[in-house]
Amino acid sequence: MEKEQFYYDNKIVKLFLWATVLWGIIGMTVGLMVAFLFLFPNYMEGISWLSFGRLRPLHTNAVIFAFVGNGFFVGMYYSMQRLLKTRMFSDTLSRIHFWGWQLIIVAAAITLPLGLTSSKEYAELEWPIDIAITLIWVVMGINMIGTMIKRRQRHIYVAIWFYIATFITIAVLHIFNNLEMPVSAFKSYSVYAGVQDALIQWWYGHNAVAFFLTTPMLGLMYYFVPKAANRPVYSYRLSIIHFWSLIFIYIWAGPHHLLYTALPSWAQNLGTVFSIMLIFPSWGGMINGLLTLRGAWDKVRESAILKFFVVAITGYGMATFEGPMLSFKNVNAIAHYTDWIVAHVHVGALAWNGFIIAGMLYWLAEKIFKTKLYSEKLANTHFWIGTIGILFYTIPLYIAGFQQALMWKEFNPDGTLVYGNFLETVTAILPMYWMRALGGTLYFTGFCILAYNLVMTAKQGSEVEDELAEAIPLKPISSKRIAGEHWHSWLERRTILFTVLTTVAILIGGLVEFVPLLLVKSNIPTISSVKPYTPLELEGRDIYIREGCNNCHSQMIRPFRSEVERYGEYSKGGEYVYDHPFLWGSRRTGPDLHRIGKKYNSNWHFNHFIDPMNTSPMEDKILGTTRNFMPKYTWFISNDLDYSNIKGKMEGLRAVGVPYTNAEIQYAPYAVEEQAKEIENELRQDPEYVTNYGNSQIEKKEVIAVIAYLQRLGTDIKNK
Amino acid sequence: MLKFIKHNLESIDGVSIYPIISLVLFFIVFVTMLIIVFRMKKSKFKELENLPLED
Repeated sequence: MEKEQFYYDNKIVKLFLWATVLWGIIGMTVGLMVAFLFLFPNYMEGISWLSFGRLRPLHTNAVIFAFVGNGFFVGMYYSMQRLLKTRMFSDTLSRIHFWGWQLIIVAAAITLPLGLTSSKEYAELEWPIDIAITLIWVVMGINMIGTMIKRRQRHIYVAIWFYIATFITIAVLHIFNNLEMPVSAFKSYSVYAGVQDALIQWWYGHNAVAFFLTTPMLGLMYYFVPKAANRPVYSYRLSIIHFWSLIFIYIWAGPHHLLYTALPSWAQNLGTVFSIMLIFPSWGGMINGLLTLRGAWDKVRESAILKFFVVAITGYGMATFEGPMLSFKNVNAIAHYTDWIVAHVHVGALAWNGFIIAGMLYWLAEKIFKTKLYSEKLANTHFWIGTIGILFYTIPLYIAGFQQALMWKEFNPDGTLVYGNFLETVTAILPMYWMRALGGTLYFTGFCILAYNLVMTAKQGSEVEDELAEAIPLKPISSKRIAGEHWHSWLERRTILFTVLTTVAILIGGLVEFVPLLLVKSNIPTISSVKPYTPLELEGRDIYIREGCNNCHSQMIRPFRSEVERYGEYSKGGEYVYDHPFLWGSRRTGPDLHRIGKKYNSNWHFNHFIDPMNTSPMEDKILGTTRNFMPKYTWFISNDLDYSNIKGKMEGLRAVGVPYTNAEIQYAPYAVEEQAKEIENELRQDPEYVTNYGNSQIEKKEVIAVIAYLQRLGTDIKNK
Repeated sequence: MLKFIKHNLESIDGVSIYPIISLVLFFIVFVTMLIIVFRMKKSKFKELENLPLED
C-alpha cells in the first residue's frame, strides 16, 4: 500500500506549551505569596481576597489544573499524533479544548479569591465551572478517541493507555465528587453529608493525585524518556503490568486520607491494604523509567533534559514509597494534619511533575521551534537551582511536621499536655517556614529561567505549525483476534473495548467502597441530639466556607488521648449528618475547631476576629515580634450579613436531606434576626465592647453569623 | 473507643464480605493479567517498545 502524506498539528502543542509556562509562573507565584504569609502574616492585611484561606485553593488549583494540566496536554497532543501516525481527529475540538481550559482557569482565578468555593479540596470550583470542566473534558476525550480511531498505527503504545485512563477516571471522579445542589448562581451544597461526603471527597482527592498528577505524567515518561535517551523503554512487559495494576489498585486507596476519623473502620482498613500494595506497581514504573537510561548514563552528565527526568522519576519513587508508608495507621497518626503532608505532596509536585514537565518542555522546544535550545547552560542552571530548591522546600517541612506532631502528643507526668497552648507548637517550627520559603523561591527562580530560555529559543527558531509526515494507512482487519495474535495485542487495537475495560477496572474499586455507605443509611450512626443548623448558624457556616477556614482548621478530633485532652471529646460520625459539605480539613495550621462551641464566650471570638493578637499572641523569636498566622477578619465587622437567600438555601438543603420544616423555612429571616440580637446582647456584657461597638449595629454584621456557627460547633453532644 | 463505629458496622448485613470480595476480585484480575503478559512473545515486545522511536 502507498504511503499517505499528512500534517501533524504543532500549533496546538505550541499553544499548550506557552500556557504551561505562563500558568506555571502564576501558580508558583501564588504559592510563594502564601509561603511568605507564614513569615510576614500582615503583609496583605485587610485585603479579603488575598487572605490565606482564599489563596491556598488558588495555589493548589493553579498548580494542579493549570500548570500540570496544560503540561500534560502539551505532551499528549505531541505524542499522540506521532504514536498514532495521524493528525488529531479535529482541529476545532483541539482549539475548543485549549481555549475552554484556559477560560476555566481564568474563571477559577477570579472566583476563588472572591470566596466562591465549595470547600472540597482540589474541587473547590462552584457548580457552573464544574459543568464547564465536564464539557471541555468530554471535548478532549472525543478528540482523543477520534484520533485513535483514525490512526495509521495498528498498536497503541503504553503512553496512550495512561492518557485514556486519565480521561476516563477524571471524568468519573469529577462528576461524582461535584454532585451538588445549586442554591444560587455561585453557591451550592454537596448532595452528600458528613462521613459520606468525606469519603467521596477523598476518593476524589486521592485519585485526582493518581489520575491527574500521576497517570498522565507516566504517559509522558513512557514517551519522552525513551525519546530523550534514544532507546526503547526498559521493559515493555513491565509497563503492561504497571498500567493494569496501577489503575486497579489506586482507585481503592482513597480512605487512607481519613484514618482515625469517624469513617467506618473497615473502609479505613481497605484503604490501608490497597495503599500498601500500591508500592509494587509504582516502583515497577519507577524502575522501568530509570532503567530506560541503561547504557546512557554518560549522556545524563551532559544532557539537562535527562537530568530532569532522572530527578523526576526518583521523586516519583520517593513519593510513592512515602504514600504507602503514610497509610500505616501508626505513621498516619503522626503525619496527618502536619506539614509532613505538605512536604510529601511537594516531592510529587516539584520533583515528579515539575521536573518531568521541565525536561519535556526543553526537549519539545527544539522539535517545535526547529532549532537548538537557546542555552543548554541555562537549562543546567535551572536544573541545579530547582533541585536545591526542592531539598530546601521539603526537608525542613518534614522536620516541621514531625516536630509539631510530637509536640502535640507530649504529656507531663501529671497527665497534662506539655504544650497546652497550640501556638507554642507553631513558634517552634517558624525557622522551617523560612527555609521552605527559600526553597520555593529557588524553585521559582529556576522556572523563570526556563521561561526565558524557551522564549529565546522560540525567537531564534522558525515556526512550523503543520509538520509534514507520511505513513502507510492501516489495512482493514478483522475485529476478531487473528491467527497467532496475542490476547493483549488484540485488545490494544480495539480502542473502544480497551477504554471500556479501563472504565470497568476503575469502577469496581469505587463501587465496592461506596455501595455499603450509600445504600445503607444506618451505616452512619445517627445521634438524636444532633439537629440541623439554625438559619443564622447556616449563614455563618457559609462565611466559614467562603473564607476557606477549613484550609487551616480541622473539625475532626481523632480518638487519641492527646487530642481528647487538647480539644475535647473525639468526633463521632453521627455529628456530621447535616454537614453539606463536610469541613473536616486536612491541615492544622491552627487548632481543631470541632469542640470550639461554648469553649470561649462570644466576646472572645469577637475580639479574636478584630485582631487574633488580642486573644492569641504568638512569639516570633526570629523577627523579635509577637504575631499570629490568622488574618484580622476586619471585614466581618464592616460587612452587612446578607441573608436574602436564606430560604432558598434551606430549601436546597432540605432537598438533599436536611429535615427543615416549612415553618422553619418561612420563619428563617426572623430567626436570623432574633438569634443575632441574642448574641449581640451577650456581647454587651463586656463594657469595652459597648464603648467601642455599642452603636455599630453589630447584630447586622457578618461577624454575628460566624460567632453563632462557631458557638454551635460540637455542642450537640457536649450539652447532653 | 471504636465501639461507636463497630456497633453500626454490625448492623450491616454481611459487611465483612465487602473487603473480601474486593481482595479476591483484585487478586484474580491481577494474576490473570500476569499470566497473559508473561505468555506474550519477546519479539512482539521488541516491535511495541520501538513505537515511539519510529518517527
